[in-house]
Amino acid sequence: MISLAQMAMATGFILILIGFYGALTQRNLLRMIVAFSIADAGVNIVIVAIGHMRGRTAPIIDAAVPVADAVARVIDPVPQALVLTAIVIGVGVTALMLAYALKLHERKRTLDIARFTELKW
Amino acid sequence: MIKRAIALLLLLAVGALFASLLAGYVPDSELNQTARYYAERTAGDIGAANIVTAIVVTYRGLDTLGEVTVLFITAAIVGLVLAQGQPALPHTPRQLRPPVGELLTTGSRMLTPLILLLGVYVFVNGHLTPGGGFQGGAIIASGMLLLLLADPLKHFSHQLISVLESLSGLLFVGIGVLGVLFASGFLDNRLLPIGNLGELFSAGVIPVIYSLIGLKVGAEFSSMLANLSEIDKTDKTEET
Repeated sequence: MISLAQMAMATGFILILIGFYGALTQRNLLRMIVAFSIADAGVNIVIVAIGHMRGRTAPIIDAAVPVADAVARVIDPVPQALVLTAIVIGVGVTALMLAYALKLHERKRTLDIARFTELKW
Repeated sequence: MIKRAIALLLLLAVGALFASLLAGYVPDSELNQTARYYAERTAGDIGAANIVTAIVVTYRGLDTLGEVTVLFITAAIVGLVLAQGQPALPHTPRQLRPPVGELLTTGSRMLTPLILLLGVYVFVNGHLTPGGGFQGGAIIASGMLLLLLADPLKHFSHQLISVLESLSGLLFVGIGVLGVLFASGFLDNRLLPIGNLGELFSAGVIPVIYSLIGLKVGAEFSSMLANLSEIDKTDKTEET
């Protein structure tokens, strides 16, 4: 029996692989950026899946989760806090990549990575 | 062709690594020590219903300050990179965009205030519901994106954005320092009374700090969007 967490984790790993494949094989800068975003989403899904526990609920104390019972009822809150940070930093990284891509396009009027040969050896 | 084969080989190796990780994964049945501490102590010490918020804003508040700083630096670099340097090649004339259409214009006029309201709701209630400053800030920036889509030539006031951003950042650090002086440490939330669990005015200064983070993140994302969109506008004014 495959649990929800394992399914989510497998999805995350597959997304990471798709992202890596795209980043390695695509020539267009924008497509590479999209690939990095996909891999980023995959990493986040894997981390959240690690924190999941069977039969427990979100780490928010309310009528369903009384304070005294919280330890036995909630899932691990630490991976969620980590992913919250990772998502925000991911957006920042994506914005930076887009800004650089825009600048590169302005210089050479192309987004093909093969045309940028200055650092090639 | 050989490049693609190498890439596939590499992916196969990484995939095998992932598969062995997945096969050997055994989910925990109990919370680990750190998580147990947070789950036990949050309600009593912090007074926030949302444990994730308590971790992000108070237990690991310093890390969040660092995160906000990273975001600020990113926004600054995006602005810097896009602003400087002349394009090496002459501009190829861009064809004018097609008009955006009645639906988007009217829709954005109706939806933007609602989106902004939702963003504010999400970050004000960050200590009670699954939300918070980063999510609310992103929602506010998505409202700005809708405005830009409806009118690509729209100009946001950079002054307003930077004033809002620096003011909320300054207040964030100021509250942290006040925590050192009047409570038990930097960014301690017990500066204000903790109140009753589950009420809007509870958890000390967490709602205040998260609202400031929300404003700051919203302003930073908006400034990134404005910077990315304004490249186009300068092109247009040069052509005309």
